[in-house]
Amino acid sequence: MADATATAGTPSDSEKKVIPTPLTPKPADNAPKADKPKDKGPTPNFDKLAPKRSYLNRRKRKDIAMHVLIVAAFIVALIPLISVLWTVIANGVGRLDGYFLTHNMRGIVGGNPANGTTNEYGGIYHAMMGTLEITLGALIISVPIGIFTSIYLVEYSSKGKLYHAISFFVDIMSGVPSIVAGLFAFSLFTVILGKGTYNGFVGAVALSVLMIPTVVRSSEEMLKIVPNDLREASYALGVTKSRTITKVVLRTALSGIVSGVLLAIARVIGETAPLLIAAGTISSTNFNLFSGRMMSLPVYIYNEYQQGTATCTVNAVNCVPGIRMERAWAASLVLIILVLVLNLIGRLVAKIFAVDDSQK
Amino acid sequence: MSSNTAKTASGAPRRGHGDHGADKVFRYVATGAGVLILAVLAAVAVFLLIEASPVFTGDHAKVQETIESFTGDKAHSFWQYVAPLIFGTVLVSALALIVAFFIAIGIALFISQYAPKKLATALNYVIDLLAAIPSVIYGLWGGLVLVPHIYGFWNWVNKYLGWIPIFGSDPATGAISNPPRTIATVSLVLAVMILPIITSMSRDVFVRAPRLQQEAALALGATKWEMIKLAVLPFGRSGVVSASMLGLGRALGETMAVLMILSPGRTFSWHLLLAAQHQTIAANIAAQFAESNNMGVSVLIASGLVLFVITFVVNFIARKLTDKEVQ
Amino acid sequence: MGQRIDVKHLNVYYGKFHAVEDVNMVIPANKVTAFIGPSGCGKSTVLRTLNRMHEIIPGAYCTGQVLLEGKDLYDKDTDPVEVRRNVGMVFQRPNPFPTMSIRENVLAGVKLNNKKISKSDADDLVEWALRGANLWEEVKDRLDHPGIGLSGGQQQRLCIARAVAVHPQVLLMDEPCSALDPISTLAVEDLINELKHDYTIVIVTHNMQQAARCSDFTGFFNIQGIGKPGHLVELDETNTIFQHPKNKETENYISGRFG
Repeated sequence: MADATATAGTPSDSEKKVIPTPLTPKPADNAPKADKPKDKGPTPNFDKLAPKRSYLNRRKRKDIAMHVLIVAAFIVALIPLISVLWTVIANGVGRLDGYFLTHNMRGIVGGNPANGTTNEYGGIYHAMMGTLEITLGALIISVPIGIFTSIYLVEYSSKGKLYHAISFFVDIMSGVPSIVAGLFAFSLFTVILGKGTYNGFVGAVALSVLMIPTVVRSSEEMLKIVPNDLREASYALGVTKSRTITKVVLRTALSGIVSGVLLAIARVIGETAPLLIAAGTISSTNFNLFSGRMMSLPVYIYNEYQQGTATCTVNAVNCVPGIRMERAWAASLVLIILVLVLNLIGRLVAKIFAVDDSQK
Repeated sequence: MSSNTAKTASGAPRRGHGDHGADKVFRYVATGAGVLILAVLAAVAVFLLIEASPVFTGDHAKVQETIESFTGDKAHSFWQYVAPLIFGTVLVSALALIVAFFIAIGIALFISQYAPKKLATALNYVIDLLAAIPSVIYGLWGGLVLVPHIYGFWNWVNKYLGWIPIFGSDPATGAISNPPRTIATVSLVLAVMILPIITSMSRDVFVRAPRLQQEAALALGATKWEMIKLAVLPFGRSGVVSASMLGLGRALGETMAVLMILSPGRTFSWHLLLAAQHQTIAANIAAQFAESNNMGVSVLIASGLVLFVITFVVNFIARKLTDKEVQ
Repeated sequence: MGQRIDVKHLNVYYGKFHAVEDVNMVIPANKVTAFIGPSGCGKSTVLRTLNRMHEIIPGAYCTGQVLLEGKDLYDKDTDPVEVRRNVGMVFQRPNPFPTMSIRENVLAGVKLNNKKISKSDADDLVEWALRGANLWEEVKDRLDHPGIGLSGGQQQRLCIARAVAVHPQVLLMDEPCSALDPISTLAVEDLINELKHDYTIVIVTHNMQQAARCSDFTGFFNIQGIGKPGHLVELDETNTIFQHPKNKETENYISGRFG
């Protein structure tokens, strides 16, 4: 090492040694381009083409300007995010307590507390139960359909017409506006069971339409990254295809599928419009998914917001005009926490139980 | 790789013996689930058509009466009824797309080209977070926080850009609407909502832009921005367009944010800063549904079908573009 | 016209990793200088410091001086963008811009500097650069066809034309023939020999025959072991390096005896 540096380490020496002894004598090094033997073409006027200082500066300024704009875009996007999170937390935390989570809205009129109380302004128990049941219903419908469809797409289809049709319509389905999904569920039950069918199950069907494509797509991705060697190893042992899929493929892809399902739940749990149409609104707790209107958290938020400021009579005590907005904010805080926790768990499941990444 | 996996998987020999029954059942169930999805989508179309059909085949007088009561005698036929809604839907979505597009491209470039790796990862989480917030919360925030705070901004826009008709004041009052429950405000909220889709898809194509061409551009003496223009943006063009179409599809179908912020109207007005001018199909359905009679519901469902067709076309184009890019 | 490069006490780092240690050398003007050495020895890294291309890797930086005709490339008011305009580069794999025609590819660099270039000036430049890259006769009838429609060797010559069109003083070539077939390689080597009349050329190659065939000077880089920085063992006339290397390491490498 030391002598290596020494050999090359004296630039002036090597220069002296090198320059006067050109390896192959050539026409004078500074000969103009026209001397090139093969060149019969034009010689461009490089002075004319050379960049002007002012132009270089303009380019540099443009580069800086674009950099600033791009950073600005990112900051602009942060403003609403921070504002939404901040206002939901700041406005929601005041009403969010044990009482709020364990009571429904029965007997709550205007800005007044429940009869005979001074500080019980109603809560979201009924909405949380509704959201829980409707989401579970949607889950039970869409997870089997979604996973089996992805199994068909990855394991059974021969990339024929049916494969392309399903693949195409899953994409179309993921673009169905949520309100149209609500209208569909409503129409379906109206045609089958007659008019005015509002219940939690109709809502669950509507949410399933929104959930199925998400489940199909995420499961499909997960099944695709299961290495083929595993399947072949299983077949080689004489295991049937269905057992290979359930015992080997699904097991390997399980964490990814679970994570995908959790993210799908997180997406539909905040859906409002279809439930507004399919399940309606109600102020008391309804545990029966198949009968009667059912409140859900997002619909609750909309319902409180949409009723606006409460009017308080002159002699009313403990009447809070802004109570509905306070309840809407608190319910929003609960909903956001729910969505974020689902997202977080989904990501953690994917990360912790992930299949060996090197196989991708 | 996908086709490879699928081909081998499906083409794998059925070596198992003695377990044929279960194998067959499993196969049928999986295929059945796939077919069921086709059936569901067909059912969506069929049931919506059944429920909407009275509008087109039923009693004309009744349809007219219902529509007149919906609109306060302003519209008399279904298409008269739905046309301003289509206009409002497309207008607000297009505005949202215009706002979101440049910001989304900016963020996607920031994440893929400018930000250090750790910051880029953090930003991806931020974008996911933005996508995870339910629309009803955006609506609540828009109605209670954004509307009162943004009046000053719109006023400023009106003052300096008011000579452009779309930013003009109300000729009657000489001012813009306050509170600004206008299509302009709504489009900002929708822009925030579709931002994550466009950003994450664009980021994915920008990240995949080949490094070789980027180096070539830099070695020619390109500045960073010129390099992006030469070697990143052309590569990502179709991906970005497809992402925008998907974002547009999302905006077209968005209900709650519009319902909770916009003061509705039924005009074809281009005045973005005036309230009570526009309404979208989705928000109109949600607003009218509870109070509608049979024919009213049919009219609303028919308008829902129109929305379905519009979003179908937009998503179809997006999908075609993605396919083309893959090939 | 070519310019000479003086490298003084150059150290290159990728973050904490010391990639190249204390390189001192002179690259004479209008000559072809080849860098050879085992992989990982830092020859490509050193090449990239000559037009500051290493800086696009996050965390990469260097210390020391690189003087282009006496002017330090790393002076704090030297703009890397200008450096790269004066010191062009050709890469391992041909990388024409896929969305551009042959003509647009050649003009890409000039258009950055001068948007309002007249059509006749542009025509002259395109012909001149493509002639310079020995590609004119092959493509003159299809200048508007996409650049990626050409064969690999043609694409590489197109990239050379694109690099010379901005009229740099130095051309850096990072294993320019490693992705090419033998015939295309020969064409590019011929071209290198012609180009040195106008440019100072530095070429990195893993192919010793190539260095012997087309370079005037050869620098041998080596590495002590994995995780150790690479260094320049010696730089001398190509004949000397291949026939009478002063250093034992060089001799071992040239004669195929490693370690």
